Amino acid sequence: MSTALSAPRLAPLPKARAGDGSGFALTGLTGFAALLIVLMVAVIMGNIAWFGWRSVTWEFLAATPKEGMTAGGIFPAIFGTVALVVLMVVALVPFGVGAAIYLHEYAPPQSWFTRAVRFSVNNLAGVPSIVFGLFGLGFFIMFVGRGLDRVTGADMLWGQPSLLWAALTLALLNLPTVIVTAEEALRTVPREMREASMALGATKWQTIWHVLLPQAMPGILTGAILSVSRGAGEVAPIMFTGAAYFLPYLPSSPFDQFMELGYHIFVLSTQSPNVDQTKPILYGTVLVLLLLTFLLNLTAILLRARMRAKLAGRD
Amino acid sequence: MSTPLSRIGSIEHAGYGASARRRWQRAAEAVITVALRGCAFLAVAGLLLIVVFVFKEALPILTSAETQKEASLAGFAATPLWQPVGDVPKYGMLPLFVGTLKVVLVAMLFAVPFAVLAAVFASEFAPARVREALKPAIEILAGIPSVVLGFFALMVMASWLQAVTGSVVRLNALNAGIALGLGVIPTVFTVCEDALRAVPKSFREASLALGATPWQTAWHVTLPAAGAGVSAGILLGLARAVGETMIVLMASGNAAIVSGSVFDSVRTMSASIAAELAEVVFGSPHYSTLFFLGAILFAITFVINVLAGLFVERLRQRLAGA
Repeated sequence: MSTALSAPRLAPLPKARAGDGSGFALTGLTGFAALLIVLMVAVIMGNIAWFGWRSVTWEFLAATPKEGMTAGGIFPAIFGTVALVVLMVVALVPFGVGAAIYLHEYAPPQSWFTRAVRFSVNNLAGVPSIVFGLFGLGFFIMFVGRGLDRVTGADMLWGQPSLLWAALTLALLNLPTVIVTAEEALRTVPREMREASMALGATKWQTIWHVLLPQAMPGILTGAILSVSRGAGEVAPIMFTGAAYFLPYLPSSPFDQFMELGYHIFVLSTQSPNVDQTKPILYGTVLVLLLLTFLLNLTAILLRARMRAKLAGRD
Repeated sequence: MSTPLSRIGSIEHAGYGASARRRWQRAAEAVITVALRGCAFLAVAGLLLIVVFVFKEALPILTSAETQKEASLAGFAATPLWQPVGDVPKYGMLPLFVGTLKVVLVAMLFAVPFAVLAAVFASEFAPARVREALKPAIEILAGIPSVVLGFFALMVMASWLQAVTGSVVRLNALNAGIALGLGVIPTVFTVCEDALRAVPKSFREASLALGATPWQTAWHVTLPAAGAGVSAGILLGLARAVGETMIVLMASGNAAIVSGSVFDSVRTMSASIAAELAEVVFGSPHYSTLFFLGAILFAITFVINVLAGLFVERLRQRLAGA
């Protein structure tokens, strides 16, 4: 296979002498492409930081929207976002890590079940976020929620958009992230540690609980943080499952609707009666969301770098 | 490997006669194994439930005579008009297909050259320090929520593009496509770069030793060797572009027009769902039609993702054989 791969590719080599100059230019072209990407990122971030930083004051962070959202702050949106991702993480991480433990420690690699799980994880990661939104509405609200209302006799308690359903929809959306990163983390734990623990008479679960999980914790945290960062920015899955345009009060239970930063940005930039008047608030909201996701990502990247360094040091 | 080890443990324990405790432990282990298996099954269940429930809500299009009076497969194809709200609703899907195709095409034409070339640069030519600067930039781009890219395209980029191109319509397929391309670049870049770096060093060394220049080595040896991975990256980017919602919803103008020009406003399938679902009556023909659009989106992205998975598998086998 390898000879079939490399031999014909080397055929055009006679061009070597003539191609030197163009090769140099083409090499430069790749660098230019990379440079342009960096520049585009810098322009976007710069534009948002430049027009946004003046809006972000303590009052902006702590106040509620006023005068048809053309003044005031974004506290309800921040609160809603935090409540949403906290609920999501609580629902998501135990199951995601459990699935990763199963895949890495228990699953026979070639069994049909293992392959079905891996196939699902890979493809779940590729489902468009708007389809998750449809699913959340069709399954959680219309099927589970309305069903629970019928069974419990509650009057539209479960069967309507709420923090709970939005968080569960996002949890499913982020399940692959958590499984994949947690499995990667388990892979970094040296086999000798498992063997040492079991040689001392620990059961498999004792080994996992007392040896593997503490060792894999940075990686598991990385996955959780990445899912939080992604969850905080996703709008399409929560549009129909719980996010509200504007609410005069904060959500007081998981059954309430909520305001959310990403959705707030969408609402302000597309439905505002007076775009120019809203602009400072809009830019401020975007900056807050960006800083939030940026800080979360940075933490995740640093944790992952440490984990990978550990892995590299072992080989 | 683990079984013999645990057996060693059990022999040691048996000497102490703690058999009741060990029986309890074994039962607990069995319960835990089942619970973990259940966690893993959640991923399968999630994917299955998505299929079942999205398709279930779309099903009246095919089965219910009541729904078919207003929205049917024949109706989707019969008219080039998407006018779901009105006295006589029209659900011609052609404008949505054309709109999606146009935006996705612009996005891919914009993103793929940038992402692939930058990936070649990062894995083949860049000095370590430059690469260390490039990767965080890509990760920042990947971390920007799509609603923020949509915001930027709507508020800022659309005006710049209009000034440059002189287009009549401010929010058009070009604007949405470029913004979408920005969202796709990190996906394509990351998968391509991983594939390129997975090519064994010996390939490059052999090529260079035969007198090839670094560029020739990259173009004729490394890229072809990583070809399957590069294709996978492009496919994953394509799937993301087809399904992405917030960017196109905010940046495309959302007019359902059939035209070939990128300077016209467009409405995509994903944006239609996002824009209309909040206002439809549960179970109405319009509701079913939007779920039908969702089912199509799911099917398209699913096929592309499975294809990308096959390419990744092929790359692994190729490089494992090398």
